[in-house]
Amino acid sequence: MDAFLQNCLTGISIGSIYALIAIGYTMVYGILRLINFAHGDIFMMAGYFMIICMTDMMIPWYISIVIVIVATVLLGVCIEKVAYKPLRTAPRMSVMISAIGVSYFLQNFATYLFSAQPKSYPTIGFLSKSVQVGEISTTLVTFVTPILTILLVIGLVMLVKKTKVGMAMRAVSRDFETAQLMGIKINSVISFTFAIGCALAAIGSVLYFIPRSSVYPLAGSLPGLKCFVAAVFGGIGSIPGALVGGFLIGLSETFIKASAFSEFSDAFTFIILIVVLLCLPTGLFGEKIKEKV
Amino acid sequence: MLQKKTKNICTAAALVLLAVVIVCVGQFTSSTSMLRTVLQLGAIYALLAVSMNLCNGFTGLFSLGQAGFMTLGAYTYAILTIPVESRAGVYYLYGVAGWLEKLELPIPVALLVAGLVAALFAFLIGLPVLRLKSDYLAIATLGFAEVVRIVTASSPLNRVTNGSLGLTMIPGFSSYYGIFAVVILCIAIIVLLINSTYGRAFKAIRDDEIAAEAMGINLSQHKQMSFVISSFFAAIGGALMAMYMGAISSTTFTIAVTYFILLIVVIGGMGSVTGSVISALLVIASREWWLRFLDQPMFIGSFKVPLLKTGFRMVVFSVILMVVVLLFRKGIMGEREFNWDGIYSFFKRLFSKKKSGKGVQAK
Repeated sequence: MDAFLQNCLTGISIGSIYALIAIGYTMVYGILRLINFAHGDIFMMAGYFMIICMTDMMIPWYISIVIVIVATVLLGVCIEKVAYKPLRTAPRMSVMISAIGVSYFLQNFATYLFSAQPKSYPTIGFLSKSVQVGEISTTLVTFVTPILTILLVIGLVMLVKKTKVGMAMRAVSRDFETAQLMGIKINSVISFTFAIGCALAAIGSVLYFIPRSSVYPLAGSLPGLKCFVAAVFGGIGSIPGALVGGFLIGLSETFIKASAFSEFSDAFTFIILIVVLLCLPTGLFGEKIKEKV
Repeated sequence: MLQKKTKNICTAAALVLLAVVIVCVGQFTSSTSMLRTVLQLGAIYALLAVSMNLCNGFTGLFSLGQAGFMTLGAYTYAILTIPVESRAGVYYLYGVAGWLEKLELPIPVALLVAGLVAALFAFLIGLPVLRLKSDYLAIATLGFAEVVRIVTASSPLNRVTNGSLGLTMIPGFSSYYGIFAVVILCIAIIVLLINSTYGRAFKAIRDDEIAAEAMGINLSQHKQMSFVISSFFAAIGGALMAMYMGAISSTTFTIAVTYFILLIVVIGGMGSVTGSVISALLVIASREWWLRFLDQPMFIGSFKVPLLKTGFRMVVFSVILMVVVLLFRKGIMGEREFNWDGIYSFFKRLFSKKKSGKGVQAK
């Protein structure tokens, strides 16, 4: 029973980090119909930014986190301006190759700057404190992660539902051209979407790397893929869907890791992807899209 | 326009020239020479790029499973060809599975089996996955490649794939020309396929699925065929790579390898076989040879040239990829194939431009 609860807690914690990253995928896909292959690598770069801030520059953690979020947002918006904006009218395959190119560039660039060796991630004292609840012992960050994620998701849903920018975002994702005709500045809406996605990825990276304590140039690629699976699972374009998808992927992964098939936990995630795409192509909460000839 | 006879003579001359280059390099250079490395590796990557192009460029199926099929091919080839007497040494930790102990196939048969195994997997994975649309297909095949990698390294297969230790002592062709023979044969088969009715059907699917279906092309069957054939040759490419390197492990063919092949295909032009071959040779020559200096720190006098250190080469490559994607979307060849008319008119334009340029200056 204790092991079960322990796994649940770990699963929800890792799942909520997946959810934070998956939101970035789902929002960008909703608007641009593009899988942002570079999102996982932006997440990895955020990890390195934190190392630069805290280990190299000795900035206290609360300021570092703000700097990391700002730097990641800038990185994401720059990538959008340089690599995706010139290709708005290009065929989808070109945009996708461009996204892969960015991902490849970020990985190589990180290898170049920081070498392929893992770098140790700074610790934030109070988050690594161990907490004892009944028989389960864990670190505080495991508790903080889901709570923070749920708060952020509620905030984000409010933003999308209630504010003017949110309305513009929904309009752009519904119909690109009509939204433009209605006077929505799509470029700023897209930049804003990227900014939100990257900010969440930055927060996710802090929460993800604290318990894992090392960053390497390929650290973002596998979590990135898994989070995409989470986004597809929940229904691409839906923010609550990404949250649920993240939780489900996180939980199933943790339970498989605890079982005899621990080696196959990552393989299982992709099998989920294929099964979901076949049986439920629009995911749990996705909108049904009819294809017109 | 050139006459057909002239074109044929030119083509024959070019082929002879290629053969002469390969033979000369084989005869007159030592086995460690850079030219040899570049030619052999370039040939292998040319095959890989052409096989990826068949699926991605000609049929419009954006598949990123290349690394997975290469792993399948490389492992099948290695398992079947490692000499029986050195098996005990290779599998020193886990021991070798009983049925494998006495199994050793000749190299050509093993290559064929490697291709067939990958083709079988491609067929099975293709049944569900090929129904997906462009970017979902990309992610699903990428996921498949990752699954293959994880499963080959997993412990239940320890006695077959040697787990995470990988396989060593993989034999290759005794002659230096073996790799070229295989590559040329495979590329020739792909070219014949592309020029056949099937090839035209593939291109029709790429250009407009709905129109192609209306013309009576069986979409799922043709997509499946293109995917399976592409994986077959990717696996042979993987097997050649295993042969070339002599040792493989589950981390040899990662997603980065797929991206690198994609880079070659994009630079050469999506939908051009000759483009892929030219770009494979150019990219490999720059990676292994011409751009090597980017990875070493360099001093001019006592001045240290900035930026140069390990890893800079790959950064340059990714920047080149981005530049090609953003500014020269067609790559070297676009969808065209190499032909003498193109070369002829290119030079004609070049010279006439120069002449007219001079004329203006004179005035």
